[in-house]
Amino acid sequence: MAKSIKVRAKVKGGTTVVKALISHAMETGLRKNKKTGKKFPAHFIQEVTCSHNGKDVLTADWGTAISKNPYLSFKFKGAKSGDTLKMSWVDNKGESDSVEAKIK
Amino acid sequence: MNTKRRSFIKNSAAAGAFGVAVSAGLITPRAVMAAWPKAAFAATDVDAAITGAFGSSATTESADIALKAPEIAENGAVVPITVTSKIAGTESISLLISKNPTPLTATFKMGEGAEGFVSTRVKMSKTSDLVVVVKANGKLYSAKKEVKVTIGGCGG
Repeated sequence: MAKSIKVRAKVKGGTTVVKALISHAMETGLRKNKKTGKKFPAHFIQEVTCSHNGKDVLTADWGTAISKNPYLSFKFKGAKSGDTLKMSWVDNKGESDSVEAKIK
Repeated sequence: MNTKRRSFIKNSAAAGAFGVAVSAGLITPRAVMAAWPKAAFAATDVDAAITGAFGSSATTESADIALKAPEIAENGAVVPITVTSKIAGTESISLLISKNPTPLTATFKMGEGAEGFVSTRVKMSKTSDLVVVVKANGKLYSAKKEVKVTIGGCGG
């Protein structure tokens, strides 16, 4: 599951804007397989963490209603160009991924 | 009194369903997940979900929460939502979709320096109210917006 996160972070006037795309199926557990009539088991991201200089700037608890291949954007203060931003996620099956990006 | 009893029954029923799923091996619990409020995410109505997440469903409507969402969403699977909270000391932003099977969609907890801004895309099962709950200074504030979902994707 490497490289499932694409993240861009840019500083503008002291505020860093972070935009991220995660590739994930985000299965709700309610969708049915038309051939077998069985439900696809739920498989979704439960927790997303984003940290800057070892401090968490955003933690998100997600449910099943977040769209497939989730998009997330947020802003924070206190970072400067060249700093490293770390983002990671964990899903309900225990799979996880993390990525580090340089703030532009 | 009676309403409390209702939500208690609902909550315990939801927790029971989750327990069955765990024992059936559909959901693998992990220690990391301890913080994930599963009762709140399993709740089937808005009030129960807010209570599950914050311990109380009493919210104050606030004009300081700007909620950007389409009036009509052609595709319920991808509805872009942007929330901006101008309330000082915003600690968390929660998104709820009132007519989804489980209304609680996401809770974003703001860390150090984070602004009251978040943007994401959600799934909506049908036309319903989008409810945003912002926690700031220990109080709960809310904002609402109706989003119409066109089923069938004819682009109406």
